[in-house]
Amino acid sequence: MTVSFESVPTPVPARGSGLLRLWREFAESPVALAALAGVALLFALALAAPWIAPQNPYDLAQLSILDNKLPPGAQSIDGLTYWLGTDDQGRDLVSAILYGLRLSLLVAATATAIALAIGAVVGTIAAYFGGIVDAVIMRIVDIQLSFPAILIALILLAILGKGVDKVVIALISVQWAYYARTIRGSALVERRREYIEAARVLALSPARIMFRHLLPNAFPPLIVVATVQVAHAISLEATLSFLGVGVPITEPSLGLLIANGYGYMLSGLYWIAFYPGLALLAAILAINLVGDRLADIMNPRLKR
Amino acid sequence: MLAFLLRRISQGALVIAVMAVLVFLGVYALGNPIDILISPEADQAERAAAIARLGLDRPLWVQFGVFVSSALHGDLGTSFVHGVPAVELILSRMPATLELALVALVIAVGAGVPLGLLAGLAPRSPFGRTVMVGSIFGFSLPNFWLGLMLILAFAVNLHILPAGGRGETREVFGIAWSLGTLDGLRHLILPALTLAIYKGSLVVRLAHAGTREAMLQDFVRFARAKGLSPARIVGVHVLKTVLIPVVTVLGLELGSMIAFAVVTETVFAWPGMGKLLIESIYRLDRPVIVAYLMVIVVMFVLINLAVDLIYMALDPRVRLAERSGA
Amino acid sequence: MAPLLEIDGLKVQFSLRDGLVRAVDGVSLAVDAGEVLGLVGESGSGKSVTGFAILGLVDPPGRIAAGAIRFRGEELVGRSEAELRGMRGRDIAMVFQDPMMTLNPVLRIDTQVVEAITAHERVSARAARARARDALVAVGIASPDERLSAYPHQLSGGMRQRVAIAIALLHRPALVIADEPTTALDVTIQSQIVAQMQALCAESGTALIWITHDLALISGFADRVAVMYAGRIVEQGPVGDVLGAPLHPYTRGLIGSLLGGGAPGAPLAQIPGLPPSPINLPPGCAFAPRCPRADGTCATAPDDTAHPGGRTVRCWHPHAALETVA
Repeated sequence: MTVSFESVPTPVPARGSGLLRLWREFAESPVALAALAGVALLFALALAAPWIAPQNPYDLAQLSILDNKLPPGAQSIDGLTYWLGTDDQGRDLVSAILYGLRLSLLVAATATAIALAIGAVVGTIAAYFGGIVDAVIMRIVDIQLSFPAILIALILLAILGKGVDKVVIALISVQWAYYARTIRGSALVERRREYIEAARVLALSPARIMFRHLLPNAFPPLIVVATVQVAHAISLEATLSFLGVGVPITEPSLGLLIANGYGYMLSGLYWIAFYPGLALLAAILAINLVGDRLADIMNPRLKR
Repeated sequence: MLAFLLRRISQGALVIAVMAVLVFLGVYALGNPIDILISPEADQAERAAAIARLGLDRPLWVQFGVFVSSALHGDLGTSFVHGVPAVELILSRMPATLELALVALVIAVGAGVPLGLLAGLAPRSPFGRTVMVGSIFGFSLPNFWLGLMLILAFAVNLHILPAGGRGETREVFGIAWSLGTLDGLRHLILPALTLAIYKGSLVVRLAHAGTREAMLQDFVRFARAKGLSPARIVGVHVLKTVLIPVVTVLGLELGSMIAFAVVTETVFAWPGMGKLLIESIYRLDRPVIVAYLMVIVVMFVLINLAVDLIYMALDPRVRLAERSGA
Repeated sequence: MAPLLEIDGLKVQFSLRDGLVRAVDGVSLAVDAGEVLGLVGESGSGKSVTGFAILGLVDPPGRIAAGAIRFRGEELVGRSEAELRGMRGRDIAMVFQDPMMTLNPVLRIDTQVVEAITAHERVSARAARARARDALVAVGIASPDERLSAYPHQLSGGMRQRVAIAIALLHRPALVIADEPTTALDVTIQSQIVAQMQALCAESGTALIWITHDLALISGFADRVAVMYAGRIVEQGPVGDVLGAPLHPYTRGLIGSLLGGGAPGAPLAQIPGLPPSPINLPPGCAFAPRCPRADGTCATAPDDTAHPGGRTVRCWHPHAALETVA
């Protein structure tokens, strides 16, 4: 294989307004566009789940235990086609996946949003005040970040017990430190800019400077981090549910479905574990592709 | 150099101390220590005896002292389920987890660095693009589902690899390793692969970025002007430059692998610390949970220290900066 | 006798997103064996790219679009990479501007010198290291053994450059291309390096192309000088003649703007305007927009015209040879 020594890539000259330029650059990658479309589709499906799913798999009245473990394509007595088969409780897998996606996205989005808010505030405070405040906060952040997320989540859930809200709390605890560190870095740079100096000279209150001026301008790098973290959160929630420490079994979760299907896999009933996992993979992959593209186009921009 | 080591060790000690305090608070202050430390099956007399022995009726700071002194003696309670000291239990399962994590790390770096390097040399080629898209795919795959699918493919459908468990082991230095036997290897390969894919994808991306950056440096052009072969330029000049960020990340990654082994061990029924942790959570065997946390913290501190030393050996600039007290 | 190196109508172009950059737009020059040629021009005039083109180090998106480069009578353009690699460092060597960037910071000095030796000769490691040591001594580096075991950042800028020069001269090349080797160094070190290179090249009969923007520097030791502007050579000839009685208005402007020319308090002479962007070269003479002597004929690009004394000029309205600089 010949080695080609490629030359310096040219920076793209700035053209057009910020957001439009961002979109145009984003759209240059067909893969990223497809991924974005995928994400939008998944969100739409998840939101509409209660209305478009053929059955509500968590309403026990709608289930027929006799229909359990049917392979994909089988029919129910009422003429409902189980396109992806049923699980051991007789749940239609298509519906279960839709509801599961709904929960996954809801939990991940909520946790990310709250963690983002907390991390952004903490990081901005650290960057603004500097000195001992910064040192202490960053120490805490560093120690937390040096621990694997899964362990923190496991231990928290072991203490708190099961429940959707507990899972959200665990996810928030795991994520906030990333945001804090990212925004602190970018806020430290912004802090040296003249408009912050000007605000201080004008004797604006620290809170106002921090949250009306510093935070909004230090924010952009967080978008990339948040995107990747949503994917992470989805994966983590599914993993925790799979392990049995996440959401309780009365709630739909793709992780629980897969855990359910684990045992039956060895007897050849592959679909119970396979399809929910595929849906999970699709969601995570789409979000990661979008996040990757965003990271690509935002980084050289930041260096300018 | 010595000052650096001392500083790192004291930092590590601080982390362990903080963890000990957190665990202590979590167990003794937040939770009900009686439930946590005394088996639910104990009768009244045993409970009273345990309370007295553990000092649970004494002031909190006294209890902390007891906790710390027992910890320093290696006593972190006794497992409810197994009836043996928790630390002993965990240490007995450690080799299995270490083996899994280390093999996975070797795969992740051994495959990830060359792939990322080659992709970075020709980023716009079909190979380069495939590798990069593949790497996104790799870290998007949910670890546990990947494990299940591999079992489905190789064990259930193709029948060429076992579906779980650890194979035969051979004793080396008094510890049982499954690397020494063919059967052991057959059992090891799927879990190690599953564990390696996530980090391996990240290594690929890191190596790719590092290579692209290195190729733009002047020293590459100068090396070409000297008439060096591409093999030498890539294999020595670029590789060494790329390895530095990879190694930086590696230390955290080994610790992270050990932690993530929890999931892989559960899927493959691999008898390591991680599976023990999950079982202990189910069965509310809390002393084991406490012991696991403390052991993990100590392990992480030691690993980070080792990585710092390796990093210093690789990057001469760091070594000399430390020496000059910078 | 045929010149050692002949460049004939060389054009190097870069295909960028925004357009075609004509970095080198028709350069012709010749260097005899043992001769020192100064290649002078502002940043962006294409002088460095000319140097890279000789060694075949122009990488995509750049390419040699037209022209010939003959070394010892043999055509270099279009040769295979393997053949060029055999020549680099052995027959033609290059010294770059910033030795901090050109020496790999994570490899030791001896590694980087020895590999330059072993790239072209089969010698034992011991012999190679001994030769490396001798090479360092030859460029005036004291305590060569210490320096060999050191890393680039442990050496001063001047010493690093000496190492780079030593590497260039290892195989006694017929031609050395020095791309602004002293620009990044202190003034006092500059003159030392210049003297060192001059002496070494004179002693071994090595021809030298010294690329620089500093006219004053080159006047001290070059035999001939070529002045570049916007990718073309606008004037060349023996250094004393070109600098004493410049024919091209640009050369005249350059010399006039050297500090120290006018009386104290008098405004500094400048050439008005800025060099053209290499993407948007004006048709016709590139210097015309800034030239005090430009008129309608300058809308067509002038060719090289020969003048007595081995000089050439690319101008419709050159100064008379007898007009010395005021």
